[in-house]
Amino acid sequence: MTDRVVTGAHYGLRDWLAQRITAVIMAIYSVIVAFVFFFSEPVTYGVWRDLFAQGWMRVATLLFAVSLAWHAWVGVRDILMDYIKPDGLRLGMQVGTLVVIACYLGWTIQILWR
Amino acid sequence: MSQAAVKKIRPKYLSLQALLFEIRLPLPGWISILHRISGALLFVAMVWLLWMLDRSLASEAGFEKVKHYAGLWPVKLSLLVLVWAYSHHFCAGVRYLFLDLDKGVDKETARLTSWIVLGASLALTALLGWKLW
Repeated sequence: MTDRVVTGAHYGLRDWLAQRITAVIMAIYSVIVAFVFFFSEPVTYGVWRDLFAQGWMRVATLLFAVSLAWHAWVGVRDILMDYIKPDGLRLGMQVGTLVVIACYLGWTIQILWR
Repeated sequence: MSQAAVKKIRPKYLSLQALLFEIRLPLPGWISILHRISGALLFVAMVWLLWMLDRSLASEAGFEKVKHYAGLWPVKLSLLVLVWAYSHHFCAGVRYLFLDLDKGVDKETARLTSWIVLGASLALTALLGWKLW
């Protein structure tokens, strides 16, 4: 009998590795977007709308959003595991976190493909 | 007997006083806790950032409204804090990726890269802040 708990980390390398891989994806996106903004003309509504109308930008931003969702899940779960000790409360907050992340993601898709 | 009890040196626990004034966290420790705080902050602020992205892309009127809103000083200050949080999380994150690959784990290098992370994220914040306004 081990003392594995349902609110634990699933004891694997997968989430740890996923957090690193998603970090690299977001870092690449961040650098590209930072360069685009830094060397672009003053941003007007037209420029802004056209930027997000391009297919590559929508897909890249969606990839960023999915990476962020996974990355944030691992990060917030780590924080909850460190500071929230009662199992029920921790599970509740973890479920709440997942719901919030799902809402963020759904909203992002709605914003990108309206 | 009672005097001995009074003079007895009590064991040290992590009191608030100890945390604030007696235990000095080394710089890599500060980078670590700031990485956590900035990550949590960005997660919580995401709803606000998404709202601004949503409004700014919805219509020209919405875009102008967000632009005006972002120019108000409390909003500007909050956005600058988030720009710092993102920059710090980014720079510290890159440092952690190298640490995961066993690069720069010795004390000297770890402290040096901590200073670099602290400086680079503040410089990035200044640069992005200057460019945004």
